[in-house]
Amino acid sequence: MSAAPVLLEMRSITKTFPGVTALADVSLVVREGEIHAICGENGAGKSTLMKVLSGVYPHGDYSGDIFYRGEEVRFGDIRASEHAGIVIIHQELALVPGMSITENVFLGNEPRKRGAIDWKAAQRRALELMKQVGLKEDPDTLIKDIGVGKQQLIEIAKAFAKDVKLLILDEPTAALNEADSRHLLDLLREFKRQGITSIIISHKLNEIEAIADSITILRDGRTIETLDIKADGVNEDRIVRGMVGRELGSRFPDYVPNVGEVFFEVRDWTVRHPISTERLVCKGSSFNVRRGEVVGFAGLMGAGRTELAMSLFGRSYGVWLGGQVFKDGKEIHLRSVSDAIDHGLAYVSEDRKAIGLNLLDDIKTSIVAAKPAKVAKRGVIDQVAEHKVAEQYRKDLRIKTPTVDEGIVKLSGGNQQKVVLAKWMFTDPDLLILDEPTRGIDVGAKFEIYGIIHRLAEQGRGVVVISSELPELIGLCDRIYTVFEGNITGEVARADADPELLMKQMTTTKKMSVS
Amino acid sequence: MSGYEDLKKNLFGGTASASRQFGMIFTLVAIILLFQFLTDGLTLTSGNLIAVVSQYSYILILAIGMLMVIVAGHIDLSVGSIAAFVGIIVAKAMKEFDVPWPLAILLGLVCGAIIGAWQGFWVAYIGVPAFIVTLAGMLLFRGGNQFIGNADTVPVPEGFRTIGAGYLPEVGPSTGYNNLTLLLGLAACLAVAWREWSSRKTRKEMGAEPAPMWISGVRLAIMVGVIVFATLRFAGGRVGTSFPVSGIILGALVLLYSFYTRNTVGGRHIYAVGGNARAAELSGVKLKRVNFLVMTNMGILAALAGMIFVARSAASGPQDGLSWELDAIAAVFIGGAAVSGGLGTISGSIVGGLVMALLNNGLQLMGVGVDLVQIIKGLVLLLAVALDVYNKSQGRFSVIGSITRPFRREEPPPTAARTDSPSDSDKAPAVS
Repeated sequence: MSAAPVLLEMRSITKTFPGVTALADVSLVVREGEIHAICGENGAGKSTLMKVLSGVYPHGDYSGDIFYRGEEVRFGDIRASEHAGIVIIHQELALVPGMSITENVFLGNEPRKRGAIDWKAAQRRALELMKQVGLKEDPDTLIKDIGVGKQQLIEIAKAFAKDVKLLILDEPTAALNEADSRHLLDLLREFKRQGITSIIISHKLNEIEAIADSITILRDGRTIETLDIKADGVNEDRIVRGMVGRELGSRFPDYVPNVGEVFFEVRDWTVRHPISTERLVCKGSSFNVRRGEVVGFAGLMGAGRTELAMSLFGRSYGVWLGGQVFKDGKEIHLRSVSDAIDHGLAYVSEDRKAIGLNLLDDIKTSIVAAKPAKVAKRGVIDQVAEHKVAEQYRKDLRIKTPTVDEGIVKLSGGNQQKVVLAKWMFTDPDLLILDEPTRGIDVGAKFEIYGIIHRLAEQGRGVVVISSELPELIGLCDRIYTVFEGNITGEVARADADPELLMKQMTTTKKMSVS
Repeated sequence: MSGYEDLKKNLFGGTASASRQFGMIFTLVAIILLFQFLTDGLTLTSGNLIAVVSQYSYILILAIGMLMVIVAGHIDLSVGSIAAFVGIIVAKAMKEFDVPWPLAILLGLVCGAIIGAWQGFWVAYIGVPAFIVTLAGMLLFRGGNQFIGNADTVPVPEGFRTIGAGYLPEVGPSTGYNNLTLLLGLAACLAVAWREWSSRKTRKEMGAEPAPMWISGVRLAIMVGVIVFATLRFAGGRVGTSFPVSGIILGALVLLYSFYTRNTVGGRHIYAVGGNARAAELSGVKLKRVNFLVMTNMGILAALAGMIFVARSAASGPQDGLSWELDAIAAVFIGGAAVSGGLGTISGSIVGGLVMALLNNGLQLMGVGVDLVQIIKGLVLLLAVALDVYNKSQGRFSVIGSITRPFRREEPPPTAARTDSPSDSDKAPAVS
């Protein structure tokens, strides 16, 4: 592999923002036809490096040189880099939900005939491209009517419509379930056979190990090393060591659970879909949480885990049809989010940017946002108290920021997630529901968040963790419920939990109990 | 960081919106100086300053309410019509039913609250976009004004006129100045000094290094200088005139609402709703109530502005309040509010309103016709916001790049497909 000619070389790239050096003398060499992974913790500079490459930060905005196909290139904007065949697919997909597949694939790149768009040609070409990415859909289907996994494939088809030579994928599988992820990785292998070079940025190290030919590790804006996966015998632990600069003893912190009495119980919870009246998203679900216990919810995407959590949290999703909630033996009614907060519930959403945070806020405002009354007297906010609270959480959760006055947008994903956790810890909840708490977060930050979860449990709170990553649930939880199509299909104690058993229960309606 | 940047940061606080406000204050000063020169010193005479305050205070009062509406992510096109509608009701009540004027003012405010609540109901609880609700309101209440008043003007009694055409009375020893205005100026100086001192104290309590003492001194000296100058001008006008009562009402409202929007939980909620409504809802903010209250509040302030205008012109007429909504909206956007909501300050909107007011006034003093004044105002609005947009994009995005493919990780609100993802999970097939 190392004999293949160099396709792209970025040489001593340095990029500074006022007060911060995002990239310091970073180099990257990508050979033709390989799958090259870029790894690093949040804030290590991966995204910035890709923005330099794609011309988001135009030439002159950074120092250093870029050589592409043997020539020095200076991209002034994204169009220029796309013209050269370099296409980035971002974690946040750039599709128009109300437009069809064909329209999206050719958005900004429409085939023309005498000035007008040639829809027939577009349709034909769209079908070809969809076949290439292994997608069977009517090209007239609207984007909003297909799942995230398929949307991702359409993004790739879109890249192919632009005659891509170097495909860059930023966290491509972060929002995908296992089956979709596997399909996507197979696709990347297929592209490799066709001679397309890919750069993949991912936090899922097992995927990288499985698919990449070589890997460049960044840490604190510097290149740490470039490894050849096969020649260097790279495994996950090796990558982690490079990323964090130390050995991580375990992926999960040491922790002795101290589980108490059942204090929170849900009985026969039934909720229907907000629009389609016949569709039940929770079909009489019952579960309980003990004090100091970490309870996992395993299930495939669309199984109804988020719907269950959000409908419990002040009926924030769907239409409630029946079911009861008991806390400390007494029935409680949670008709609104403020009811839920007052009863000691907290819900950390799976999509922190869309519904978890106000991205215009600064850190301290965000931290007190769910219970501002705690730092206010008669409705007037005590700014000193607010600042103190925020400072405390900054230290406790090790949120990486110069001050708590900084804007949320400036933080990396992991640090934003810590702010969301701080926001809900500040409400002093008895039960925290964490929906995909480590999605899109690097290994180091994950470890820290696991630690926070354990600390919360040690304080006698109940913690519910919803996650698509089975190893995470098994490593973290005292007990795991499995969910399939709105039913709770099983309950597995920590000692009995193994991925195969869980997966079996996640895909069957038959109720089994191993506890 | 250059010395200039350093000074700017320390004088106005370091945030982006503060630097925007610096730009606006700078523009305001430039406009004042320009017209002072072009009109041979007419702009800063006592008579003109007093006229500007009494002529534009009602627009600025509207701008206060409009800022909150826009921050919450809405717009209100009906304020001019509401002002006219309430104006005619109050005028009729006093003329035909002999309602005493203080009671009439109360009646007007209650009417404003009811109208605001009516619009708030449609916006918050039914979910009709505010643009449509208030467009309807614009027609509704304009028609209402003409229906009640038979498209005629109705005069108002002397006492009522105080709130629009009154001045601080002459009391105490003869000093050659209006004594109450002098006292007001003194109070303002003390308040500014106290604020400077308490903000230094707050910064210290937060464990942050306060700005160097000399910066505080310079800032204080500038502000006190401006206040003393203004006080002497307002106090030294023609005998019988001084600082207008409507200006005092405006000042009180600015202080009250600035405090509310900046320092209270309720104020925070407005910004939260405008910044990310779903996130606010999931944090326990009562979305509907916030929207309802913001619209209701706008109704009250529109009623107040209408009454001040009627008082000033001594009669209520069918043409009152025409296109006020546009002046108020322009003031808010020139003052740095974001079209998509979640950003903006009361003080910014006031400065934005003053820019428009002094521009208007200066051009009128120069004898420029109404036609040209409108053209110039339109261009100023466009340029002010364009400059802001340009500054935001500078150095961060290439212009074309940001248009063709915005990078949402840095752009605050994520817009396209990803926003839908929470609901994707229920659309995606369970096993795929």
